[in-house]
Amino acid sequence: MTSPFSITHFFRGSFHHGIHPPENKHFTATKPIERMAFPPQLILPLSQHAGKASVCLVRKGQEVARGEPIARADGFVSVPLHAPASGVVKDICLMPSAKGPMVESIVLEVYAGDPQEVLYGTEVDVEKIAVSDIMQAVQDTGLVGLGGAAFPTHVKLSVPEGCEIDTVLINGCECEPFLTTDHRLMVEQAVDLVAGTRILMRALGAKRAIIGTEDNKLDAVEAVQAVLDEEDVVSVKAVQTKYPQGAEKMLAKALVNREIPSGKFPSAVGLGVFNVATATQIGQLLPKKQGVIERVVTVTGPGIGRPGNYIVPIGTPIRFILEKLGFEGSARHLIMGGPMMGGTVSSLDTPITKGCGGLLILNEHQLTSEEQMKRYPCINCGACVDACPMMLNPCELGRMAHKAHYETMADRYHLNDCFECGSCSYVCPAAIPLVQYFRVAKSVNRSKAAAS
Amino acid sequence: MSEGIQLKTSPHLRGMHSVDKIMRHVVYALIPVSLFSIVQFGLSALALIVVCTLVCVGTEHFFCKKAGRDTTVSDWSAVITGVLMALILPPGFPLWMAAVASFVSIAIGKVFFGGLGYNVFNPALVGRAFAQAAFTVPITTWTPGMAHRRFLEFIPTTLTPPFLKPDFEAFHLWVENLKLDGYSGATPLAMMKFDHVEVDTLKLFVGTLASSAGESSALLILLGGIYLGCRNMLNWRIPVAVLSSAFILSGFFYVKDPSIYPSPFFTVVSGGLMLGAIFMATDMVSSPVTHLGLWVYGILIGVITVIIRLFGGLNEGVMYAILLGNAAAPLINNFTQPRIYGATRKRKESSV
Repeated sequence: MTSPFSITHFFRGSFHHGIHPPENKHFTATKPIERMAFPPQLILPLSQHAGKASVCLVRKGQEVARGEPIARADGFVSVPLHAPASGVVKDICLMPSAKGPMVESIVLEVYAGDPQEVLYGTEVDVEKIAVSDIMQAVQDTGLVGLGGAAFPTHVKLSVPEGCEIDTVLINGCECEPFLTTDHRLMVEQAVDLVAGTRILMRALGAKRAIIGTEDNKLDAVEAVQAVLDEEDVVSVKAVQTKYPQGAEKMLAKALVNREIPSGKFPSAVGLGVFNVATATQIGQLLPKKQGVIERVVTVTGPGIGRPGNYIVPIGTPIRFILEKLGFEGSARHLIMGGPMMGGTVSSLDTPITKGCGGLLILNEHQLTSEEQMKRYPCINCGACVDACPMMLNPCELGRMAHKAHYETMADRYHLNDCFECGSCSYVCPAAIPLVQYFRVAKSVNRSKAAAS
Repeated sequence: MSEGIQLKTSPHLRGMHSVDKIMRHVVYALIPVSLFSIVQFGLSALALIVVCTLVCVGTEHFFCKKAGRDTTVSDWSAVITGVLMALILPPGFPLWMAAVASFVSIAIGKVFFGGLGYNVFNPALVGRAFAQAAFTVPITTWTPGMAHRRFLEFIPTTLTPPFLKPDFEAFHLWVENLKLDGYSGATPLAMMKFDHVEVDTLKLFVGTLASSAGESSALLILLGGIYLGCRNMLNWRIPVAVLSSAFILSGFFYVKDPSIYPSPFFTVVSGGLMLGAIFMATDMVSSPVTHLGLWVYGILIGVITVIIRLFGGLNEGVMYAILLGNAAAPLINNFTQPRIYGATRKRKESSV
């Protein structure tokens, strides 16, 4: 691995602005992906994705086999759910979720001693699936954007009228500090990744695909390069290590120098953007017609005994992971996702869902140092303006948020273009919670719009 | 174990800078300049720096207590104002007048606006502008540097009793006793303006001529600026814009008539331009935040400085140039909002 400040670094593509938080990837970057044991009980929320919640197909007390569909998609913007383990449905009730509110979930008691073989699914030749059928096949796998947004993948495959996709971008930047799932996937499962990429290209009719990653993962670039043909339509490219390089808008700028217009999807500029984990899963699941039942999660941070990259069944409660890996008692700060955009969990019964790629445990030390940050008035230093990857003016927005001028923020200062990467709050020397203000402002605007 | 879980919203990491840290490093960057002014002007400069700093910090503390708030002196910003205040006054400036000017700078320039972050003007320059109006003669009375007994005695005017005029006869006698060759009591800028005598630019750059306490060595000021720039605690665009615009504009006049107008090199290193460009115009609170705005602001300051110097009644214009720039900053901000990612011209038309 090279330093991000090597000379070649500056010749690599990137976007404007952004920040360089400490990477902290050393905890897990070199640890091969391991399988984690099945917990005694799985909690499976019916809504693990953006869009309508799935419709439950099982009853209380019903036995299910690993890989069996237990909930079906409700409409187009929805996905089915598959049983991550063989067992019996113990209950269908409200359980804690990562976002906070209790959500309807299937509680599955896992059979101890079961061989846990995936019996569902049939082998198919991917090449023979008609282009028009790929979308349905992808929906059947229950795949959502595994980078964190959890947007149903098949929806992205339906290109809006008037748009033509020429390039598929596979996002392996993983710009969040601490996380290394995408990194390990590229190193260890490059074959599946490239296979998935080719399926996505075929589905979208794209002429080329670029797998983009940050230049702190050059071993991943080599691994992917090794499975590509000469003069392949799929290529792999390293871009500058900078947060938030993994945002699709930033990646599009860095790789193909296109700006996705405000309020539009990447398809508006001929792009389809997918996460590395998503593409890898497509490469693995589609040929077998199986569903998503597990995912790779980086469990890391100073508060965990054995940090690493683990294949975790969907629905595994955090409590089980902590007990398995050794949990430091003083750690009180549990984050699902990365430290920049992830949310803290309120309950240890919160399950790992499809969109969760990381579990970060910070301990007392980090917590107190953060609490000691003194708040000052804004001193106009412009650090946030220099950091904002969307070229907004967080300084001005912050002042307006302070006065609760939320509508002006949206009308005149492009509040809705903020994708909440948190760079402004990170750099602010006055410790003003800028992005937190913006979230409040957006949600107030949303509820106002809904009311009128 | 779930009782102890902390709930927070992202981001969960914080950057390294904090307001007090930035301010503290600005003070560090001012240390070489201050030390050099003490070496050059001796006890008087030391006393001036100490008095200005103490009065500034004391004033801020006093007003915070009066307002029933926690004191804000720990953010170091009052120290910067105090040190800068001392550095832009003549070294022999009476201490009581310096104290009054410092009080005014914090009270009227900062506290009345709402304290750190809310002041429209650079507080030190507000104090300087007040002193310029109230104490016109002392503020234009310059002292030669490197006097023999500078570490043993004060410049006579320094210890003027409060609310009395300084004794200029004693002062001139003292200057004569120094027996310096060719010392006229004028700053290089005044010599340039009124006698069209241009002094050696290199001497100005290193700093061995008559000037305000801290304006003499452009070199040390530049080093302080480079230090802050490298630590990302100073926006490099402002000094670059100020200095280059002043250089280009004065270069234009110099090419037109070198016999009346000073060379651009002289313009850049003389007087308070270097100190103003690096430590005063860059005051974060009173400067714009947008990138384009920073350039506009810097160029405005550079141009006004040159215009005042060449065509105005004063021989130095940096102070008024920066104050005008400060006043224009909110307006500049308003007109130079950045072009956001993904904004298209079409969208603009439709929203109008």
